[in-house]
Amino acid sequence: MWNLIVRHLNDLVAVALFVIGFADLLFQKNMIKKVIGLNVMDSSIYLLLASQGYITGRKAPIITDGVMSAEYYINPIPSGLVLTGIVVSVSVTALLLSMTIRMYKKYHSLDLDYCLMMARGEG
Amino acid sequence: MDFIKNFPFFSIMLSMFCAIVLSVLNRKAAKYMTRIVLGAVVCLSVAVLFFTIQRGESYVYYMGHFPAPWGNEIRFGCLESLFSLFVSLIAFLSVVAGTKAVEDDVEDRKENLFYILVCLMTSSLLAMSYTNDLFTGYVFIEINTIAGCGLIMVRQIGKTTVTAIRYMVISILGSGLFLMGVTLLYTLTGHLLMSNIKESVAELAQSGEYRVQFTIVIGLMLVGLAIKSGLFPFHLWIPDAYGQSNVVSSSLLSSTVSKGYIFLLIKIFVRTIGFDVIKSCGVLYICFTLGVVAMILGSVMALHEKSFRRMIAYSSIAQIGYIYMGIGLGTAAGVAAAVFHIFAHGATKSLLFISSSEFTEGSHTKTIEELKGLGYKYKFSAFCYSVGAFSIVGFPLLAGFVSKLLLGGAAIGHGAMQWIALLALAVSTILNAIYFLRTVIYLFIPDKAEKTDKPDMVPAYSMNCEDYVFGILILVMINLVLGLASGPIINIINNGLDIFS
Amino acid sequence: MKAEREKNDPKTIISGKISGKLKAVYRVSAVVLAVLLFFMLATVMIGMPDIGNKNNPDNNEVAKRYIENGLEETGAVNIVSGMILDYRAFDTFGESCVLFAATICVMIMLRIDGQTKEDDEEAKKVTFGIRESAFSLIDSRNYEPENDSILKKSALLVVPLILVFGIYVVLNGHISPGGGFSGGAILGAGLILFLSAFGFSATEKFMNAKTVKITTLVSLLIYCLAKSYSFFTGANHIESVIPLGTPGAILSSGLILVLNICVGLVVACTMYSFYALVRRGRI
Repeated sequence: MWNLIVRHLNDLVAVALFVIGFADLLFQKNMIKKVIGLNVMDSSIYLLLASQGYITGRKAPIITDGVMSAEYYINPIPSGLVLTGIVVSVSVTALLLSMTIRMYKKYHSLDLDYCLMMARGEG
Repeated sequence: MDFIKNFPFFSIMLSMFCAIVLSVLNRKAAKYMTRIVLGAVVCLSVAVLFFTIQRGESYVYYMGHFPAPWGNEIRFGCLESLFSLFVSLIAFLSVVAGTKAVEDDVEDRKENLFYILVCLMTSSLLAMSYTNDLFTGYVFIEINTIAGCGLIMVRQIGKTTVTAIRYMVISILGSGLFLMGVTLLYTLTGHLLMSNIKESVAELAQSGEYRVQFTIVIGLMLVGLAIKSGLFPFHLWIPDAYGQSNVVSSSLLSSTVSKGYIFLLIKIFVRTIGFDVIKSCGVLYICFTLGVVAMILGSVMALHEKSFRRMIAYSSIAQIGYIYMGIGLGTAAGVAAAVFHIFAHGATKSLLFISSSEFTEGSHTKTIEELKGLGYKYKFSAFCYSVGAFSIVGFPLLAGFVSKLLLGGAAIGHGAMQWIALLALAVSTILNAIYFLRTVIYLFIPDKAEKTDKPDMVPAYSMNCEDYVFGILILVMINLVLGLASGPIINIINNGLDIFS
Repeated sequence: MKAEREKNDPKTIISGKISGKLKAVYRVSAVVLAVLLFFMLATVMIGMPDIGNKNNPDNNEVAKRYIENGLEETGAVNIVSGMILDYRAFDTFGESCVLFAATICVMIMLRIDGQTKEDDEEAKKVTFGIRESAFSLIDSRNYEPENDSILKKSALLVVPLILVFGIYVVLNGHISPGGGFSGGAILGAGLILFLSAFGFSATEKFMNAKTVKITTLVSLLIYCLAKSYSFFTGANHIESVIPLGTPGAILSSGLILVLNICVGLVVACTMYSFYALVRRGRI
C-alpha cells in the first residue's frame, strides 16, 4: 500500500488540491476566496497533466546537441495542453475578478450570498 | 477534393474573423456586419447539409498540414451540419428579431461588443459541433462559457452582475470536472482524438482493464457538461440568468449555448467512448433519473413562478430534462428523439423569449397577471407567443408534439423504465399545459381595469419594426416545418447517428 | 453616502438574515463533499498507469513523431512551441480567442464611455451604482502617484530590462523555453510597473485606447489569416510556400515566429488594458 502511494504521490497530491479547490469554489462565500479556489483547482489539473507527461530521467523537449531520438525527451503533449489551459485560466480569473469589482462597487460587499439577497430585494 | 468540404472550416473562421473586426466598428456597421456574416454562415451550413445528405457519409478535414492523430481535425456528417445550421439560424433570427430589444438594453457604445460576443458564441458552437478532438472541445467550451457570461451581463442593471457571477462560478465547476475527465481519459488511452480514443477504449473494455476508471471518467464528463447545460440539481442559475438578461441573450443561452454542451455530450457518448461501453457502466441510469426528476420538478417550479420571464426560464429546466431522459433510455431511438428535441425546443424557446419581449419591454410587464388584455394591444406578438406555447405543450402539427411522440415511442419496450418515462411525459405535459395555457388565456382576457392608459405604454414593435416581424415569422415557420415535415428531419438525424460513430 | 453604507453594512444584515446555522451547514457539506470526491478520485488514481514509466499509453506514436520529425516539419527547436503553433494550431487559435472574449467581457463591465469631464458628470447621474464612486475620471486622479522618487528611480532602472527581456522571450519562442504568451505577460507586467510609477499622463503618450485597439485588431487579424492560410493549404494538400529556414536561427520555423509576435502583442495589450480598466474604467 505504502509503495503504491509513493508511486502515485503526484497524482494523489493533485487530486487533493483539486478537491480543495473545488470545495472552495463551491462553498466559500467570499468572491476573492472563490477565485483562489478556482486557481487551486486549475493548477492541480496542470500538476496532474505535467506529471503524466514526465518520464523518469529524460529532458525537457527542446532539442539540444542535435539529439533527435524519442528516447531522450519527455512527452511534449501534456506540456502543450498545460500551456493552453493556463491561458484559459488566466482569462477566467481576470473576468471573475473584474465582475467582483463591479459587484463590490454596487453592493459594497464581497459576500456573494449577501449580494444575491440585495439583488433579489431590488425586485 | 470538393471545394464544398472547406465550408465548415470557412464558417468557423468567418464568424471568428467577424468578431475580431467588429471590435473597431460603430454600432450600426456592427449590426449589419453581424447579420451578413451570420446569414452567410447559414448559407454555408445549408450547402454542407445538402452535400452530406447527398453523399451519405462523413468527411474528415485536416486543420493544418498533418493527418489526424498528429494534427487537429474537424469531421462533418449530416448530423453535425444539421446542428450547425440550427445554431447559426437561431443566432441569426434572434439577432434580427431582437434588434429593438438590444438597442433598448445595451449602452450605445457597447453595442458592438454585444455583437462580438454573439459572433464568438456562434463560432465556438460551430467548432464544438464539428471538432473531432476532445481538447479542442474543451477550449471552445470555455469560449462559449465566457461569451455566455458576457451575454448575461450586457444588460447592465446591478443584479445581472451577481447573476453572471453565479453563472460563471457554476460553469467553472463544470469545466473543472470536464477537464479532469479529459486528462484522465488521455492518461488511460494516450489519445485526444475521438476516433482513436474509441479504438483504445474498445480494446481496454474487452480486456476488462480500468473498469472503475472508465466509469468515473464518464461520470466526471457527464456531470461537468450537465452542470453547464443546467440539468436538474445544477439548475439554480437558470431562472435568474434567463429571466434578467436581455431577451436576445436569453434566447441564445437557452436554445443554443446549453444545447451545444448536450450535443458535445452525445458526441462523447457515441463517438468517443462508444455507446456499448456507456451502457455497460450504468451512467445512463443517472442521466435517465435526473432527466425524469427535472421534467417534473422544472414544471412544478414553473407553475409556482409569478414572474413571466422566469416562468419561461423554469420551463427550460423541464425541457432539458426531456433531452437527458431521451439519452438515458440508451437506445438509438432515444438518442434520435433527444436530438430532435434539441431542435424543437431551441426553435420554440427562442420564439417564446423573443415574442415575450414585446410584453415585458413594451408595457413593463413583469408578473403573469399583468399580462391581462395585452393580447389585444399586441396582436401579432400574442399570436406568435401562443404558437410557441402550443408547440411546447405538445399541440399536434407543431414541433413539440413530434418530439414528445418520438420520446414516448423510444421509451416503449424498456420494462420498468418504460412506465416511468411515459408517466413522467404525461405529468410533465399536463403541467406544461397548465402553466403555458394560463399565460395564453391571460393574454386574451379583456382587461377591465384602466391599465391600458398607462402613460409609459410603448406602441407595438410589430407596427414599425420589420426586422422583428420577419424574424418572428421565420421562427414560427420553423416550428411548423419541424411539426409538419418531421419525417425527412428524423431521417437525417437517424442517418447522421448511423455514420456518427 | 456614508450613513447609507453603514445602514447597508453587510455584517449587520447578514447576522440578522443568514444565521450561524447555515454557515455550519456550508462548512460540513464542504468537508463531506471534499472527502467523498477525494476518495473517489484517489481510488481512480491508484489504479492509473505509473508516473514516469516510459511504457505508459500516452507515450505513443504521436509523441514520437513530434520529437523525431518536429524539427524537420515545423522548423522549431522548441518542440512544445512547434506542437502548439503548428501541429495543434486549432486549439491554440481557440485559446487566443478565449483571451479576446475575456477582454470584451471585461470591457463591457468596466469601461466607462464618458470622454470629457462633462460626460463624466453626466454619467454620474445615471443610475449605475458603479459610476457614483471611485471609477469616475476625477476620482481616479486621487490614485495617481505623487512624485514617489524611490518608485520612479527604481522603475526607470527595471522597466527597460523587463521590456527587453519580454521581447527576447517572444522572439526566441521557437528556439528556447518561452513564447508569445509568457513573453507578452512579461511585457504587460513591465508596462503596468511603468504605469504605476509615472501615472496615466506618461503612458498615454504611447498607449492609449486607440493604440491598444489597433494593435490587438492587427495582431489578431494576422493570426487569423496566417492560420486560415495554413489550415486551407493543409487540408487541400497544397504545398505551403513559407520557408522554414535553418533550425536554431531567429528567422526560422516559418509562421511560428510571426504567430508568437502576434500573441505576444495581444497578451501585452490585454494585460495592460485589464489593469487600466480596473484602475480608471478606460484604457
